[in-house]
Amino acid sequence: MTEGGSVAVPAAKARTGTQADGPTLLLRGVRKAFADVQAVDGLDLEVARGECFGLLGPNGAGKTTTIEICEGLTAPDEGTVEVLGLNWRTGADELRQRIGIQLQETQFPDKLTVEETLRLFRSFFRRGIAVEESIETAQLEEKRSSRVGGLSGGQKQRLAMACALVGDPELLFLDEPTTGLDPQARRHLWDLVDGLKQAGRTIILTTHYMEEAERLCDRVAIMDHGRVIALGTPQQLIATVGGEDIVEFAVSGGETGSHEGGNGVVDAAPLTAIAGVQSHRVDEGLHQLSVSELHLAVPRIFAALKEQGLHLSEFRTHSATLEDVFVRLTGRYLRDE
Amino acid sequence: MNKLELSSLYQLTMARFRLIWREPEAIFWIFIFPILLAVGLGIAFRNRPADVLQVGATTEQLTQALTRDEGLTATTMNEEDGTRALATGRILLLAIPRADGVAYKYDDTNPDARTARLLVDGAIQTAAGRREAVRAENELVHETGARYIDFVVPGLLGMNLMGSAMWGLGFAIVEARQKKLLKRLVASPMPRWQYLASFLLSRLAMLIIEVAVFLGFARVAFGVPFRGSVWELGLLCVLTSLAFSALGLLVSSRARTMEAASGLMNLVMLPMWILSGVFFSATRFPAVIQPLVRALPLTAAIDALRGNMLQGMNLGQLIAQVGILLAWFVVPFAVSLRIFRWR
Repeated sequence: MTEGGSVAVPAAKARTGTQADGPTLLLRGVRKAFADVQAVDGLDLEVARGECFGLLGPNGAGKTTTIEICEGLTAPDEGTVEVLGLNWRTGADELRQRIGIQLQETQFPDKLTVEETLRLFRSFFRRGIAVEESIETAQLEEKRSSRVGGLSGGQKQRLAMACALVGDPELLFLDEPTTGLDPQARRHLWDLVDGLKQAGRTIILTTHYMEEAERLCDRVAIMDHGRVIALGTPQQLIATVGGEDIVEFAVSGGETGSHEGGNGVVDAAPLTAIAGVQSHRVDEGLHQLSVSELHLAVPRIFAALKEQGLHLSEFRTHSATLEDVFVRLTGRYLRDE
Repeated sequence: MNKLELSSLYQLTMARFRLIWREPEAIFWIFIFPILLAVGLGIAFRNRPADVLQVGATTEQLTQALTRDEGLTATTMNEEDGTRALATGRILLLAIPRADGVAYKYDDTNPDARTARLLVDGAIQTAAGRREAVRAENELVHETGARYIDFVVPGLLGMNLMGSAMWGLGFAIVEARQKKLLKRLVASPMPRWQYLASFLLSRLAMLIIEVAVFLGFARVAFGVPFRGSVWELGLLCVLTSLAFSALGLLVSSRARTMEAASGLMNLVMLPMWILSGVFFSATRFPAVIQPLVRALPLTAAIDALRGNMLQGMNLGQLIAQVGILLAWFVVPFAVSLRIFRWR
């Protein structure tokens, strides 16, 4: 490739644009409705240059609609969208040259090879990296001459990633990059995204896997019903749960809730009185306590339950995650939907 | 990588090519099927060296008289067997001697049987000593260009151009839409017109091979004539293919699923298979629907191809058909560009 050959480093080249200091992505009051569903309901977001930003939420939370609005594929009903200091109405052609996109369910033609597919996508961009380099970045060297139809799910996803990278984008959109992949392929893809982050690209990704958001993202917006319900670094968000650990237990023979007295009913007051226990909630018989000093709190929880004459049928603890943040905010689980 | 490989129009067109070549079924329908059809029809409707008609007679004497005519093969059989042979179509006519002459048993609604009646009567009368009142001589003409195969080859060509253009474009576009590839492409900086243009370009390149293979075969195997300008014939093929590509584009411009698209395709193509005179002349349809039949793109295409190949007409004489094809190219193309669903 004549002009691409000299561009060897996968890092987004510093294109010293006039908007170098402004946010890479800016959404203000964005709304979008489909038929009777309000998919995005008043969204404000700001993503800085070099950041890896995650939209986390259950299916149907409006993540894909949001990202497609940012990608210029869907026009919002209301609100302003600024990408790289440009907007889609006047700067669409330039924007498409400068962003890289991976969509959720693209199926590339089965009968083209990996290399042919990448050459095709490379040809759409005025400038970019060499096809060879995109193959290396996506670790598809061995599959270079294989047809797309013969690739595994993880390899197809890496091909989609490579197609997003051939234009050497300043901003990369990844919509559910690991959905449907097995754990090994997922980790492989995470490593790849890590590499891109290190190279200084701005990345915006959606996911409904909290591990993914925790592992990859500098900042996360948790979405539900078309709104952002929490925003911050994964650590900040987890801190809002109130404790670093979550204790879950169930008692035998007991109905749940706050019925006074009676066998098998848990009285929550003595539990929340324990030092280190931040909060208590019950969901279908499963009690959850968020706890700060687990090693001190657990013996006291056992004692308090014994005092009430209750038998434990389940007891487990885990470190607090973004999932717990979502549960605390919505009362629902991410995975349920 | 050179300049050409960096051109998105080149890459898109090459991708189309690869996808067609790597689809064995498509190769069969585009290249092999029309040849098989031409072979089949060529065999079924070949002009046999003057038909020999099977007839029967109930006496040896009559049979001998009939055998003297080259156009007849006569068998001796009794009346009962003969009647059965007539009913099953093994013989066309049974000659039975009567006291006052001879009787012919045959079906007068069957043209071959009526021919047999003439030949048999002539042979028997001649054997009985009839003299011709007027001396007659035969001058035989077997002209190419007037046979059924000559008529049907341009028809098959037109039908094939329609099928490959419409299926080739329509299916590929709807598949790309269904698999969200179209959405991915428009999210990239690909110029949209180039995507559609790549279909037309690859179609035209395929056309050269497709038409050359089919017409070459028709020429070598059947001696089908090419009386008009070959360049104009090529131009007519291009125009036909463009018109049907535009129609295929229109049909696939909104459809989201293959099922919807193939239903629409058949809806568009079926009337033309029937009305446009692929296998028999479209003039056989009633005068009332003739304006409709004439306005169909396949009728115009086939009329123009026949005019060029069989009658040696030039483009000036085919201006009406060319105009109809141009209209079928421009209007559906313009409409589909407006209503095309990119995602």
